[in-house]
Amino acid sequence: MSEQLLKIENLKVRYGGIEAVRGISLDVRAGETVTLIGANGAGKSSTLRTVSGLVKPAEGRIIFGGEDITDKDPTYIVSKGLMMVPEGRRIFPNLTVLENLKVGAYLRKDDLDEDIEKVYEYFPRLKERSWQEGGTLSGGEQQMLAVGRALMGRPRLLMMDEPSLGLAPIVVQEIFRIIRQISESGTTVLLIEQNANMALHVADRAYVIENGMITTEGTGEELLKDEKVRAAYLGSTS
Amino acid sequence: MEYVISVLLSGISVGGQYALIAIGYTLVYGILRLINFAHGDVFMVAGLMGIYFTATMPYSVSIPLVIIITVVLGFVIERAAYKPLRNAPRMSVMISAIGVSYLLQNTATYITGGQPMTYPVIPFLAGTVNVAGTHTKWVVIITPFLVLALVVALNQLINHTKIGMAMRAVSKDFETSRLMGIKINSVISATFIIGSGLAAVGSVLFFTNYPAITPTAGAMPGLKAFVAAVFGGIGSIPGAVIGAFLIGICETIIKGLPSSWDVSVFSDAFTFALLIVILVFKPQGLFGEAATDKV
Ligand SMILES: Nc1ncnc2c1ncn2[C@@H]1O[C@H](COP(=O)(O)OP(=O)(O)OP(=O)(O)O)[C@@H](O)[C@H]1O
Ligand SMILES: [Mg+2]
Repeated sequence: MSEQLLKIENLKVRYGGIEAVRGISLDVRAGETVTLIGANGAGKSSTLRTVSGLVKPAEGRIIFGGEDITDKDPTYIVSKGLMMVPEGRRIFPNLTVLENLKVGAYLRKDDLDEDIEKVYEYFPRLKERSWQEGGTLSGGEQQMLAVGRALMGRPRLLMMDEPSLGLAPIVVQEIFRIIRQISESGTTVLLIEQNANMALHVADRAYVIENGMITTEGTGEELLKDEKVRAAYLGSTS
Repeated sequence: MEYVISVLLSGISVGGQYALIAIGYTLVYGILRLINFAHGDVFMVAGLMGIYFTATMPYSVSIPLVIIITVVLGFVIERAAYKPLRNAPRMSVMISAIGVSYLLQNTATYITGGQPMTYPVIPFLAGTVNVAGTHTKWVVIITPFLVLALVVALNQLINHTKIGMAMRAVSKDFETSRLMGIKINSVISATFIIGSGLAAVGSVLFFTNYPAITPTAGAMPGLKAFVAAVFGGIGSIPGAVIGAFLIGICETIIKGLPSSWDVSVFSDAFTFALLIVILVFKPQGLFGEAATDKV
């Protein structure tokens, strides 16, 4: 098995009195695509936000690339090669498409042209809109921009929080096609999804999270066949 | 005719000086949604430093030193009084700003003994020149050009540099900016540094035309610059600059009306009446965006 890139050990996150994440352990190996599926409020975003340093955990450890990053700030974590596509896209509405991409490479000092070209290859629609302000893009285009922006940081691990949320089926397919390409190009991906069917198809491995705890794990194929997962997340009773 | 020209010239000049203060309000508001009540007092402190430093040093040293120390002051105020309250309700930060404002005023009283201090006559600013038949001080001529140059430079910085891009990003979304690797605190410091530096330049120009500096001398120009910033749409730099010029010009025109009309004492009241009228018709100011989370 290849090197472990991310390891989360017994992670607990509390907001005031509520424990949103109640002891999650998971790992992502270099080159893998791992997905985290679960219902609304299960604690998926909380887990990712804690990994990226936005939220401080109550307990547990987060190891990235062999280094303990549990108490590090987001800037440091980004500098180690961990980029996030946040829930709800969160592109900068007052920056142009091109600037949004550049801001994703904020900590890089080298030439960005090649990476910008690569993002435009993934998403030709962004190229045509390079001078448009981010806020004027359609929802699907904003999601593409959010993914492109994260890629600009040349992440070793790309975390995506529900990239398909609120998009038309055809755009969802496009986003997933790109996720597959990103993964094939060697980037490790940790993906949160409500669209379990699509997510399990692109993922090497998957975790199911319920009420802040991991209840099931396995390969994408295994979970696609799992009776309980099918009933709860794939809308099928067969 | 000559009288009209001289009134207009001095209006433009006062407006330019307000603009240099107004930018500091609008920049900080744009990023922190904070009305930095201490900004006018930073301006006053820069004025006092101008008096003390020029008394012992040549202008080529003292004026840059005034600017540098004012910048440091702005930076330190943010780090000491606002940064610890980053996650506190906005009202707490405002109260902290009011506290800093009084601290600066009281310190100025302590140092000057509360006596009005006379600003030095800086030859290349206070010397007179003949323009279109009227005698006027050099500062009146220099101010609009200097303001224009500084505004163009600031515009370049904000729209065409990496730190400027970070400032624009942070002004919209702290959290996502952090996810890009932007150090929020450095960006906030940068806005205080720029704002204080411009206020320091403004103080040299403004007080050259002003009889004396007292510990509360920053209050009125500060308030008018703030009004200019709100008027232009707080958060918008062009708005603040245009608002400041408008207020400066209107105010000078009213002050310059024939004394038999007896209206010149109302020039400050007029400034605020103007603000109220504008805000009734355009609540977000001339260039402001219709945002929901403003104070
Ligand atoms: N900042 C916060 N303050 C208080 N409670 C929070 C906060 N963020 C999340 N929570 C709570 O923590 C729980 C988990 O939220 P989280 O956003 O992690 O869920 P999720 O799995 O991402 O759900 P969704 O699929 O709806 O995005 C929820 O009950 C939520 O209300
Ligand atoms: Mg979520």
